[in-house]
Amino acid sequence: MNFTLHVWRQDGPEVPGGFETYEARDISEHMSFLEMLDLVNEGLTHDGHEPVAFEHDCREGICGSCGMMINGVPHGPKGMVATCQLHMRSFRDGDEIWIEPWRATAFPVLRDLAVDRGALDRIIDAGGYISVRTGSPQDANALLIRKEDADLAMDAAQCIGCGACVAACPNASAMLFTAAKVSHLGLLPQGQPERYTRVLDMVTQHDREGFGNCTNHGACQEACPKGISVDFIARLNRDLVVSTWKTAGD
Amino acid sequence: MQLDAKIPAGPLQDKWTKHRFDMKLVNPANKRKYDVIIVGTGLAGASAAATMGELGYNVKVFTFHDSARRAHSIAAQGGINAAKNYQGDGDSIFRLFYDTVKGGDFRSREANVYRLAELSLNIIDQAVAQGVPFAREYGGLLANRSFGGAQVSRTFYARGQTGQQLLLGAYQALKRQVAAGTVELHTRHEMLDVVLVDGEARGIVTRDLVSGKVESHAAHAVVLATGGYSNVFFLSTNAKGCNVTATWRAARRGAGFANPCYTQIHPTSIPASGEYQSKLTLMSESLRNDGRIWVPKKAGDGRVAADIPEDERDYYLERFYPSFGNLSPRDISSRRAKEMVDAGHGVGPLRNGVFLDFKHAIDRLGSPVISERYGNLFEMYEKITGEDPYKTPMRIYPAPHYTMGGLWVDYNLMSNVPGMFVLGEANFSDHGANRLGASALMQGLADGYFVAPATISNYLAGVERKPVSRDHAAFADVEREVSERTQRLLDVDGTRTVDEFHIELGRIMWEKCGMERNEAGLKEALKEIPELRARFWKEVRVPGSGETFNQSLEKAGRVADFLEFAEVMCHDALARDESCGAHYRSEHTTEEGEAKRDDENFSHVAVWEYKGEGEAPVLHREPLAFENVKLSTRSYK
Ligand SMILES: Cc1cc2nc3c(=O)[nH]c(=O)nc-3n(C[C@H](O)[C@H](O)[C@H](O)COP(=O)(O)OP(=O)(O)OC[C@H]3O[C@@H](n4cnc5c(N)ncnc54)[C@H](O)[C@@H]3O)c2cc1C
Ligand code: FES
Repeated sequence: MNFTLHVWRQDGPEVPGGFETYEARDISEHMSFLEMLDLVNEGLTHDGHEPVAFEHDCREGICGSCGMMINGVPHGPKGMVATCQLHMRSFRDGDEIWIEPWRATAFPVLRDLAVDRGALDRIIDAGGYISVRTGSPQDANALLIRKEDADLAMDAAQCIGCGACVAACPNASAMLFTAAKVSHLGLLPQGQPERYTRVLDMVTQHDREGFGNCTNHGACQEACPKGISVDFIARLNRDLVVSTWKTAGD
Repeated sequence: MQLDAKIPAGPLQDKWTKHRFDMKLVNPANKRKYDVIIVGTGLAGASAAATMGELGYNVKVFTFHDSARRAHSIAAQGGINAAKNYQGDGDSIFRLFYDTVKGGDFRSREANVYRLAELSLNIIDQAVAQGVPFAREYGGLLANRSFGGAQVSRTFYARGQTGQQLLLGAYQALKRQVAAGTVELHTRHEMLDVVLVDGEARGIVTRDLVSGKVESHAAHAVVLATGGYSNVFFLSTNAKGCNVTATWRAARRGAGFANPCYTQIHPTSIPASGEYQSKLTLMSESLRNDGRIWVPKKAGDGRVAADIPEDERDYYLERFYPSFGNLSPRDISSRRAKEMVDAGHGVGPLRNGVFLDFKHAIDRLGSPVISERYGNLFEMYEKITGEDPYKTPMRIYPAPHYTMGGLWVDYNLMSNVPGMFVLGEANFSDHGANRLGASALMQGLADGYFVAPATISNYLAGVERKPVSRDHAAFADVEREVSERTQRLLDVDGTRTVDEFHIELGRIMWEKCGMERNEAGLKEALKEIPELRARFWKEVRVPGSGETFNQSLEKAGRVADFLEFAEVMCHDALARDESCGAHYRSEHTTEEGEAKRDDENFSHVAVWEYKGEGEAPVLHREPLAFENVKLSTRSYK
């Protein structure tokens, strides 16, 4: 297969970027999208150019490193995959492919397709944990948790922190990311003591980082490689209401 | 090189408890006067950093990843062992200890392994308290599954994402300390060397991967939790970024490298689909609980699985090992698969795999149960291959996966360089010559949550409380060396890419120091590696500059280190003139084709001392004593 790629190149956060066009030749349909880019990069290096910077690590859809807009869609056309799990069989021979970094104020471009997603980590700093000291807990089976609750918590906990939800959202909101963590912890008995401060602190940090508001477009759920549901955002909103009411009463 | 394992005296069962009591503590008010550097935020590094931060030390953490949550631990699928005996199936600390020593083919330290088995209980309690959503039964209790090399169900899991959930637990605990100000986290910082002051580890030199800035950091203790080196093979199940740089640089400064030739080849990865393959994807071993492994009896049989009748299939693991069958340990399962493929029984378009078939399990239990257990693994398989494992068997093949070797550490997890502690996959400690499934997560977390915080405190209690200054000449010297080396990589400006060299190295290692080794092949490798390294330094092209975000440069430094380290691996494989666990020398096999140990001559840890570029490393030995288990020939029949 052959493709024409239009790839966003940008040397750093402060300098303007633009598209460059490259040809990707003799690509196997079994190649992953990143393997196709590897091949292009090998060619660029041989020709004396700098390769396209992009982030990746596990190449199996779990570390959340990879991520790019492919023809305007986060992680490309397949759905329910991260970019590293996208294979060239999802494209047609001769396709033109436009490749861009995540676009969001809170995610400055570092170079080419690599952006700084540190803002997501700082949302976790604000309260995305259960405060427990090492070595203090009781026996694990002393706490019974309904299978349904554990399963639902796991559905939310699957988030890989890639940022596709932000890239997909017309408001560049990170509410699906935030809601996934708020729900994972809030659904479990261990997460109850901090449930209402956690949601408030995390949402406050979310806003402070420059992410936009959630206006229920649902584009995030479509883009999420793990299919995390927007229902978790509704759950977050309910907790937020309770939280505001509780703190108002303080 | 002094190798004192410092194993506490007394009965096996009491060693850790007594040692914990004997160790010195640091007064709470003094803790914040101690700086501790931790490199790595995988399970081992993140758990250690969170705990040391909670205790009140000043912790500085470094990772080359953009976020602490992205460490390779995130990718572990199948589960984590613990001797909870929640299933009441006869498990105990002693049984987990015994299984681990036996699984490691009697090449690990009894005392370390026993402690690991003991601490396994606390890990599960800790993880549950943090909110790790382990799988549960309908009654609300924790669920378990079984894993290779064990006859009890002791593996805890969170769907097929156990590593992810455990790492997120540790990451969140770490982030809590970052928020509390006890831990300073430096992401996108790669450690490129350690700094020794008067023979003790007192700091590191890093390169900021965004700005290129080379910088020193000083502390009273340095902890390396930097993972394993399977990527020496280029193709492995490890994340692309995994590398040997941190531990190899430490070895160059005098830390002994133990058992580098113990590398585990995992039996169930998806076979390569072409030359362009950039990494191999593991299919969790837990699949072997319900999947049956087979190949067509007839060599060269090109029919699809469905067209091959039952009596023309060879369920070879069940045939060879009736009691463990498809759950035989990894090294055995891997070798048998390779044997089948080499003999022409391979399946798939490139004839480079064996079948892992779920048909019987689906008939017996129904697809919903199978989907509940392995749904996401099945999806992952389908995404990669385009084939549906509910309908057609998976194809699997062995792949480099885990490295039991690593920096030598004593019982306190301190290397022979005082002040340098090594945790997780980066050390050599607990798995002997072969690791059992679901035991790496256990070890990483035991090291990080429970062992290191106690033993590092004990070490610090004996260290002067005055701050370590970066003004010491040692820091400037190492900084200069690091910058010069970076510049040298850029200056070569040859014609070949870094990956081309890495692929070539991988091929040498896979063929000559892979699943099967022999004297002739290893000697060839020992000639080829230095030649390849010399070519690398003449012909490699690293575009761009050192002052920017430069991924080619990052890779080049790591591959340059692999090119040095690979030689030590081959020396070790050559010197260990026996077979044991994952180290399989074709000269030493039993009549049944299993690894044949030579306990008389090789019941030791092999520790290599670096002697300079181009010099042969020197071998030291730590003898192993077995007082609580009887050395036996591993049998899984
Ligand atoms: C696909 C796969 C599945 C697995 N499944 C299981 C399983 O089910 N059960 C099980 O028990 N084990 C499993 N394992 C093994 C297990 O995941 C690893 O052994 C374990 O997670 C290693 O943890 P770690 O903390 O030692 O290192 P890692 O998680 O590899 O972390 C290393 C850290 O060090 C940092 N680092 C490294 N070098 C440098 C440097 N020079 N400078 C700065 N930072 C550096 C990295 O950024 C990273 O943060 C699996 C492994 C693989 C590959
Ligand atoms: S590279 Fe890890 S999710 Fe894509």
